[in-house]
Amino acid sequence: MSDDMAAIFRDELRDLLESLERGLLDLKSRPTDMGLVNQVFRDLHTVKGSGAMFGFTDLAAFIHEFETVFDRVRAGVIPIGPEILRLALAAKDEIPGLVEGDADPDGRRAAILSALQDIMARSPASDVAGSEEGAPATAHAAADVPVDQAARHPSRLRFRLSGAAFAMGARPEIVLDELRGLGAAHIAVDLSDVPALDRLDVEACALVWSMDMPAEITAAQLEDVFLFVDADWTLDAAQVDHSDAAHADEPEAAASLPDRAAQPAPASVAAPAAAVLPNEARVAAPVAPRDARAEAAGATVRVPADRLDSLMDAVGELVILEARLTQLARESRDPALMATAEQITRLAAGLRDATMTMRMVPMRSLVGRFRRLVMDLSDKLGKPVEFSVIGEDTELDKTVIEKLADPLVHILRNAIDHGMETEDERATSGKARGGLIELSAEHAGAEVLIRVRDDGRGMDPARIRAKAVAQGLISADAVLTESQVYALVFEPGFSTAETVTELSGRGVGMDVVRRTIESLRGSLEIDSKLGHGTTVTLRLPLTLAIIEGLLIEVAGERYTLPMPSVQEIVELPPEKAQPKRTGDFLDIRGRFVPFLRLRALFDCAGEPGAEQNVVIVMSGENRVGLVVDRIVGTNQTVIKQMSKLHSAVRAVSGATILGDGSVALILDVAHLVGMGRTQVDLQSAPQSAARELAA
Amino acid sequence: MKLSDIRLHRNLTVVTLSLGTQTLAIPAELLREILDPLPVTRVPGAGHYVPSVVNVRGSVVPLADLKQALSIPHEGQDDRRRILVLEVTLAGEAAVVAISADAVHEVTTIETQTIEPVPASAQAWPPDYLTGLYRGAQGFVLLPNLEAIFSNLANRPMANQL
Repeated sequence: MSDDMAAIFRDELRDLLESLERGLLDLKSRPTDMGLVNQVFRDLHTVKGSGAMFGFTDLAAFIHEFETVFDRVRAGVIPIGPEILRLALAAKDEIPGLVEGDADPDGRRAAILSALQDIMARSPASDVAGSEEGAPATAHAAADVPVDQAARHPSRLRFRLSGAAFAMGARPEIVLDELRGLGAAHIAVDLSDVPALDRLDVEACALVWSMDMPAEITAAQLEDVFLFVDADWTLDAAQVDHSDAAHADEPEAAASLPDRAAQPAPASVAAPAAAVLPNEARVAAPVAPRDARAEAAGATVRVPADRLDSLMDAVGELVILEARLTQLARESRDPALMATAEQITRLAAGLRDATMTMRMVPMRSLVGRFRRLVMDLSDKLGKPVEFSVIGEDTELDKTVIEKLADPLVHILRNAIDHGMETEDERATSGKARGGLIELSAEHAGAEVLIRVRDDGRGMDPARIRAKAVAQGLISADAVLTESQVYALVFEPGFSTAETVTELSGRGVGMDVVRRTIESLRGSLEIDSKLGHGTTVTLRLPLTLAIIEGLLIEVAGERYTLPMPSVQEIVELPPEKAQPKRTGDFLDIRGRFVPFLRLRALFDCAGEPGAEQNVVIVMSGENRVGLVVDRIVGTNQTVIKQMSKLHSAVRAVSGATILGDGSVALILDVAHLVGMGRTQVDLQSAPQSAARELAA
Repeated sequence: MKLSDIRLHRNLTVVTLSLGTQTLAIPAELLREILDPLPVTRVPGAGHYVPSVVNVRGSVVPLADLKQALSIPHEGQDDRRRILVLEVTLAGEAAVVAISADAVHEVTTIETQTIEPVPASAQAWPPDYLTGLYRGAQGFVLLPNLEAIFSNLANRPMANQL
């Protein structure tokens, strides 16, 4: 097996394990949902099948046990219980180790297997349950099944491995074992197609097997069996001919099958089986489903992430050059050149959108591990928690998604460890005994809002404040708003937990959360109500690559604002032209909006012209007006990171390169809005009453 | 970059440049390219040491003003002005920075023996920001300690809330 193949298997395995885990966790809340049980079974089966195909025999053997249990569950013999789910999740965790060939030093895998076998042994139908094991008794037991079902007309299955199946690693004995597990009886082999020795192709399989399948076996179940085997097969309900010549040879043929499959030789057991089915039927029936599968596989292509990154870089350069070309074309006033530049603009925009879409990944890919985390923590801490997820399909740039995992883990841990009360405390305060944690994701303009909400004890601003003073993070007489107090938990070294637990309380973590989110050009807020729970909101940009920007000019310098955060542009009223000490607000249709004079803020020399504009930008629920000299226009903003030397300049989130080759800084709207809010807080109290009235 | 590290080798290849009336030497191995003057974008609130950024082939690179760090007075500028793009180590990571020079002179090899430590009594230059100096044809040539200058900048808290 080449490394490429192994890599493909690992890729697929990751998806399968995610789906498996999701299925198992969903089963916890919906144990009777047969659709879920089937899905779990299918995933297990696929892992086993492809594992065996790629030579991971330990893996296949391990999963077999696990699959057998779920087969019983599917048959309704064993009910889904917490024990099975716990074992199943533990077994799922062992799969990556098995694939990597890791040793099992503490005998964990064996323990899981024996626990699974115990469950099997306890199930009422355990004596029949052995039928998949392939022991001599099995054939007998399996053969018995169709007898009482004879009245329901067993159907006749025929299959033949297609030309290259052996080269692809197909093993007919495994297929036959699986078919026996489904209740196949009267298995016969048809050797009529086997060529003479001198024409024998050792890699081709000329054997045709036929057998009776119980009537309740559907084509879909068989498709599962043949999922990884390149075989032509037909299931024919009308064929119940027990006087078939092949029938007489059945026990012997079935018993010696593996040998013959491995060493196909001309034999004398020539049965007229080829005539059982007309040739065209044999070909036509299986082709349709296989084609459909092939098409579905062709619809998605796995691409290494770094290729997408370099594509994005190239598109970024293209967009910058396109801006340059447009500018040059405009200066040249050559209609032909302008028309060409316009077309290139359109193409570049299309290419940019397509590339960005390619990089979008749904939140779903992250959520699986959180379900598991919450379940494990809730078990460990003895705090029953229900975890719900809203908006799993919300898409984000892959870079953002990758970096989000750790911060969210921290936030969820905190929510359960600190936020959630114990069951008894909840009962005393009249809440439901089980806590609720909700993870939601939604789009809002060019941002994605991710919220983690819990209905736990909430945060006590007084306590946080006291702790922050004690730890020297703020001075005792500092004036802070409630949201500023909550934001203290993101300071390095801050922790209010009285005791340090294994999970949290060391005060590391939340500052890492803030740093990570800020490195993604995002921001975070905490809202909390004592006794009612806490909500942590992460605001993240949709993409880190290219945004639509509004280019503005302040004292001859150009800056870019992310277009989606721009609400409106108004003229600065003449009476506001000079700064006042208090009450410097704009009245935007009856609502008071604070504003910042960028000239003053950026320490620009000179006096503004007579007419200034105000760009109203929004972040979260808050707005702020930015007084600028001039609006230049919109542009495609390819975001470039600022150097570490400028990381302390928080009003700037990045930079972009304009059509003339100069650099324009991208302003950090969230930070500016925060400055606007501080200004509101600092301004006099009498104003606020009027403001509230007006609002 | 310490003087003792430089002296591990017998020779050091440097590129010499002028800032005002002062001549500086930068190890040639740090130099990536020398560019004609570029449009410069001021970064509000960034302080005096690295006040702006420039576009170097599609990357946004901070442009440092070593005159500020080394207390060299501003002189008139002419068309000999250049931008030197350097690759330095900041907090253990490679970083690209640009410095402006009033003129770039030559690439030359000096014997490390001739480099002397900055005398502690020298009032004119902040000793922390200099690795050493040597006597050139037209007076002293300073070897700035770029790592020290930039890392000090990177850690310095900003005076205003920007």
